[in-house]
Amino acid sequence: MSMIRFLLQRALYSIFVLLGLSVVIFVIARIMPGDPARMAVGARAPQWVVDRLREQMHLNDPVAVQYYFWLKDAMKGDFGLSLITQRPVTNDIREFLPASLELALYAAILEAVFGIGLGIVSARYKDTWIDNLGRLISYAGIVTPSYIFAIFFILLFGFALKWFPIIGRVSEDVAMPKTITGLVTIDALIQGQFQTFFNALWHIILPSFSLAMGSIAQAARITRSSMADNLTKDYIANMRAMGVSEKAIMSRFLLKPSLIPTISILGLDIASILSVAFIVESIFNWPGLARYGMNAMLYKDLNAISAVILVFGATFAIMNIVVDIIVAQLDPRIRLRAAKGD
Amino acid sequence: MDAPMNSLPNNTHIDVETILRIQKISRKEEIGRNWYKFSRNPISVVGLLVVITVILLATFAPYVAPYPTHAGPYTDFANAKKPPNWTYLLGTDQIGRDILSRIIFGMRSSLLMAVVVLSLVVPPGVLLGLIAGYYHGTWIDTVIMRLTDIFLAVPPLILALAVASVLKPNLWNSMMAISLMWWPWYTRLVYGLATTLRNEYFVTAAEVTGASTAHILFREIFPNTVSPILTKMSIDVAWVIIIGSMLSFVGLGVQPPEPSLGTMIADGAKYLPDQWWIAVFPALAIVVIVLGFNLLGDGISDMFASEDA
Repeated sequence: MSMIRFLLQRALYSIFVLLGLSVVIFVIARIMPGDPARMAVGARAPQWVVDRLREQMHLNDPVAVQYYFWLKDAMKGDFGLSLITQRPVTNDIREFLPASLELALYAAILEAVFGIGLGIVSARYKDTWIDNLGRLISYAGIVTPSYIFAIFFILLFGFALKWFPIIGRVSEDVAMPKTITGLVTIDALIQGQFQTFFNALWHIILPSFSLAMGSIAQAARITRSSMADNLTKDYIANMRAMGVSEKAIMSRFLLKPSLIPTISILGLDIASILSVAFIVESIFNWPGLARYGMNAMLYKDLNAISAVILVFGATFAIMNIVVDIIVAQLDPRIRLRAAKGD
Repeated sequence: MDAPMNSLPNNTHIDVETILRIQKISRKEEIGRNWYKFSRNPISVVGLLVVITVILLATFAPYVAPYPTHAGPYTDFANAKKPPNWTYLLGTDQIGRDILSRIIFGMRSSLLMAVVVLSLVVPPGVLLGLIAGYYHGTWIDTVIMRLTDIFLAVPPLILALAVASVLKPNLWNSMMAISLMWWPWYTRLVYGLATTLRNEYFVTAAEVTGASTAHILFREIFPNTVSPILTKMSIDVAWVIIIGSMLSFVGLGVQPPEPSLGTMIADGAKYLPDQWWIAVFPALAIVVIVLGFNLLGDGISDMFASEDA
C-alpha cells in the first residue's frame, strides 16, 4: 500500500518538476529576438495578417497570460505547428519518437549485457590482467563522446571491414513493416517478417553501440566497484565461513545487491541517451526525435523545441520512477521502509 | 580557541612565532605528502602531464603551431585534402589548412570555454549548495533544491542547446548557455555534503561560540567540501569540452573560420572515409584532452580518499 503512496508522491513531484521545466522552456522561448507571429507567416505576409495572428497567439497579452494559454494547449497535447514541417508538432513527435525509443532500447540491452557482464568479470578476476584490461576499456569508453565513437565505428566497421550498414533503419530494397509500435525490429517480428527483422537489427547495431559505449563503461565500473565493496561485507565472510561455494556466493548473494547502483545509473543513462543522441542520429541518418529537435533548434522552431524538450523531461521523469520501482524490488530494505511508511 | 592553551602546563611557553613556523612547516609537509600520494599512481601523473601539455600548447598556440595563419580565414586549394606528410604532420583539410595548427588553436577555445564556464558556474553553484545544506529542512532548502531539480530534469546539454539556439551563435553565447545549465550539479554535490557536515561537532562548536553564518558556511563547512569539488571540476573540464564540441559540431558554437574541434570533426565527417584524417585527428585530440582531465580528476580524488582511510 505504502509503496503505491510512495510512487504517487514521486509522480506528483515529477509533475511539479515538469511544470517548472515548462516555465524554463517558456522563458527561453521568449528571450528569442523577433516576432513569433511574423516568423510563422513569413516575411512577405501583410501586416494585418501578422496582427491578427498576434491576437490569436495571445502575443499582446502579459507574459503570464501567454504562459497560461501555452500551457493549456500543451496539456491537451497541442504544441502548435512546426515551422519546418508545417504540421502539428504532436504529429512530428509521434513520427520521430519511436525511432529514438528503438535506439535507446537496444542501447539499454547492450548496456545491461556488456556493462554488467564486464563488471562481473572484472570483479571476479579483480587485480588480474583481465580486470586491468576491462578497466582500460571502460576508461576509453567513458572519456570518448558517443559521436566520436560513431565516426570511428563507421570508419572501421562500415568502410574498412564493411560488416555493418551505416545509414538508415533498413536497407533500401527492404520494405518497412507496417507500423504497429513504430519500432521496426519489433514490428517486423510481430508480423513474422524475419528478413526485415534481421536487416533492421543489422542497421541498429552501430548507432546503438556508439550511444551505449559510454554507459557500458560506466555500468562496468560501477558494477565492479560495488561488487568489490560488497565482497568485504560481513555477510559474505559469514557465507564463506559456512562453506557456501564461491560460485554460489557470486551469483546468488553478491550480484543482486551489487546491481542496485548500476540499475539506478542505467535508467538515467537510457533517458539521457534518448536526448543527447542528436549527433549520432544525424551521422547515421536515423530519423529520431533528437535529430528532429536539433533541426528545430537550428531553425528556431520554437513550438517544436518546447515540445521536444518537454518530451525528454517526461521520459526522464518516467525513467526515474521506473528505476525506483526496480530498486525497491531488488532491495528489501527500501521495500520495508516504504511499507512501514517512513 | 583558548582551551588547548589552558591545558598546557603553566611553565610551558610557546610564542606565536613558533606556532606560525610549525604551521608553515606542516603545511609544506602536507603538500609534500599529497604530492607523494598523487605521484604514487603513474597513471595520475600521465594525466597531469597531458593536462599541462595541453594547457601550454593552447596558451602559446601562436608560437607553437607550425602555421598560425591557418587558424584564420586562409585557403590554399592547391594543398587541399593532403594526407599526413612531413610538411603537414596531420594533413590538410578541405581548403588546404594545416590540421595540426587548427587542432592547437581549437584546443585554445575549448580550454577557454572550460575555464570561463567553470568560473561562472562553481561559485554560485557551491554557494547555493552550502546555503541549502546548512538550512536543511527549512523553506530556503526547499526553494533552492526544487529549483535545482527543475534544471536537472533534462540533460544540461539539451537546455544549453536550446538557449544557444535562440542566441546569436558564437563562442561567448555558447559559454553562457552551458553555464546557465551547469550550476545545479555543483549545488546538488555541495548540498549533499553540507547536510551531513552541518551535524558535525565542529559546526556545533562554532554555532555555540556565536560564529556568524558566513563564518560557519565558508570557514567550517566549505573547506571540507573542497576535495569533491576539485575532483568534479577536473572531470567537468572534460565534460564542458565535450559539450562545447557538440555545440560547435551542430553549428551553435564557435563560428568559422575560428577553429574549433567540434566544427573540424563535423566538416571532416563529410570526407569520410577517403580523407579520414580531417575528422579523425581532431576527434583523437578531444579523446586525449578528455582522458587527461579524467585521469587527473581520479588522481585528485584518490589523493584525498586515502587521507581518510
